Amino acid sequence: MSDTISSGGRLSTLAAAFVVARRDFVASLWSRSFFFFLLGPLFPVLVGGLAGSVGNKVEQASAQPVIGIIMQARDADAMMDAAASLSPHLAGALPELVVVQRLSPGETADPNAALKSGMGAAQAKDRNLAAIVSGSPRAPVLTGTAGAIDQWQGPVSLLSAKALGAGPSSFPPVALSATASSTAHEQHGRLLTAQSAQLMLFLLTMMLAGMVLSNLVEEKGNKIIEVLAAAIPMDAVFFGKLFAMLAVSLVGIAVWGSVGAAIMWAGGRTLHELAEPAVGWPLFFALGVIYFAMAYLLLGSLFLSIGSLATTVREVQMMSMPVTMAQLLLMFFATYAMTQPGSKIELAASVFPLSSPYAMMARAAVNADIWPHLAALGWQGLCVVLFVRGGARLFRARVMKSGPSGAAKPKRKQPG
Amino acid sequence: MTGKLAIEARGLVKRFDGFTAVDGVDLSVPQGAIYGILGPNGAGKTTTLRMLLGIIDPDAGVRRVLGAENPQDVARLIGYLPEERGLYPAMKAYEAIAFLGALRGVPLAEGRRRGKELLEEHGLGYAIDRQIRQLSKGMAQQVQLLGTLVHNPRLVVFDEPFSGLDALNQGRLERMIRGLAAKGTTVIFSTHVIAHAERLCDEVAIIAGGKVPFAGSVDVARDRIPAQVRLETRSVEGPWRAALPADARREGQYWNFSLPETGIEPLLRALIAGEAGILSLSIERAGLHDAFVAIAGEAAAKALTEEEQR
Repeated sequence: MSDTISSGGRLSTLAAAFVVARRDFVASLWSRSFFFFLLGPLFPVLVGGLAGSVGNKVEQASAQPVIGIIMQARDADAMMDAAASLSPHLAGALPELVVVQRLSPGETADPNAALKSGMGAAQAKDRNLAAIVSGSPRAPVLTGTAGAIDQWQGPVSLLSAKALGAGPSSFPPVALSATASSTAHEQHGRLLTAQSAQLMLFLLTMMLAGMVLSNLVEEKGNKIIEVLAAAIPMDAVFFGKLFAMLAVSLVGIAVWGSVGAAIMWAGGRTLHELAEPAVGWPLFFALGVIYFAMAYLLLGSLFLSIGSLATTVREVQMMSMPVTMAQLLLMFFATYAMTQPGSKIELAASVFPLSSPYAMMARAAVNADIWPHLAALGWQGLCVVLFVRGGARLFRARVMKSGPSGAAKPKRKQPG
Repeated sequence: MTGKLAIEARGLVKRFDGFTAVDGVDLSVPQGAIYGILGPNGAGKTTTLRMLLGIIDPDAGVRRVLGAENPQDVARLIGYLPEERGLYPAMKAYEAIAFLGALRGVPLAEGRRRGKELLEEHGLGYAIDRQIRQLSKGMAQQVQLLGTLVHNPRLVVFDEPFSGLDALNQGRLERMIRGLAAKGTTVIFSTHVIAHAERLCDEVAIIAGGKVPFAGSVDVARDRIPAQVRLETRSVEGPWRAALPADARREGQYWNFSLPETGIEPLLRALIAGEAGILSLSIERAGLHDAFVAIAGEAAAKALTEEEQR
């Protein structure tokens, strides 16, 4: 063994936090949980994709009603011709028509029965038959629910007029002048951008806070916490753990960002297709990373405090659930506040530490002012320090409370 | 407080939820000494050590460790092995030592180099690149012990260092502790095994129920109770019997009693004059166990014995 004697003093909080963070960062990066962490965002994308696909099918089946025709063959054909003639000019305003039954002269049919049974011509089967037009173009009868009748009586009248040859015979060309956006469109787009950013922030934060909590519980399981507490300030342990996981998450974000950018590039898509946030894309991204860090540090320090109170993984899960739910409510609160610009609600959401990052992220999307972000970041940073200090104090008081088995004892035992 | 003490504590008190775990503990640990804190589980040993290390703060009292009122201010000069050993299972042995060194200010590269050296020196060279999870419990304990020493601390604190070690490794640890003290390192350890304290310690503190009824050298502790005299005589009765102390009791052909305060010589003269016919006479100095019983009481001694047997 070398004979050098270490100099006195102790590591500064920063240096000690770096030692802990370096260990945690390397260990996390090489762990299986990081692999799953990288895969994490794929699951919402997959679930979203599947849900969207199923939703599309459902929408196709339910949201595109067709109007059935039960008329004499000649009248039915006239109605179909009228629809074919008007559709290019009134796309979307006209219902899709389908001939349910061509009647022979003198033959009658019950539209109610056809509507209820869905029976009729082959092309009407498995379709969303919303109403039946019977009678003749001169005296059409629309049978359906009150809503369907209200919705379709105008178009049916127009179709009947066209079938009788009384509709417009010519359609003057309309010169088209498309604009990139309107005020309403831009505002709507920005709100969507804000909402998406909030959601992403929330999901990332929850995932990471859960990881840092597991990490701490693992630490208690490894029984190394007392060695750390004896050598360095507990604040440093907390800061080290928080920043290690933050660094891990930034690696993850870099990977996801690169993959996302590559996919967008391969698909020929650009950010210009999305509504540009009020502060501009570069600053919006920068603020996104910073607010993500703040949201995570705030929630992570809270979770670490919970970790100090819990003795088992099960207890941690039970205790963290209400916090997770509360965080979800805070996210909703921030989302709601976004729709109330300039109100006290927005101010409250921006000031309350745990909702502040979400509220301010949304604000960046819809409002170009920079100074509120500087103020919010200062405030959030202060809260992080206070949370970590409080958590560390609680941790020291709780974890080192008892003797040999520490806080992991199932039953209370006298300190040794 | 004097500069020659590595640790000095006065009136340390610690309460948890209304329970007083440590109740007015005074300690003076000389620099370079091997100092034992002896007591059964629940006596307050670990809590006392944690207060001395600054892991927890006392509710009352003062402590000075290596000249600092806040022990964490001299954390780089202290090595600590807690009773509950723990290392990161995925770390390699030498990296674990380097990490423990880094916590005490040793640069990582230097810590890795020293870690490998220490493992080689202590016959664990084959385990250098093994992960902690691949080592036996005893080996992992040794790795952590080496990690406690990697920064060459001036004060080493061991909490129940012998628990979990087999006889061979207990012997190695005893030699290591003596080696540290020989180099001037102060070693303080807690134990509930009296034999370790008796063999190793220059001074001990006996702790029971959160209080320290005795702190001082092992010799002084033993001197708390008089030496025991064992006498064998040819004669069973005679005038010499009057010379025996009042506490003398017969066990077989022997008489057992405490050495009189006046010493052995007046008694010997009286026995010879009374024609007792002395066949054998031995004076046995009290052991630390007897001293512990006398100082801490029967209940604490019984608890200690039960733990030793476990």
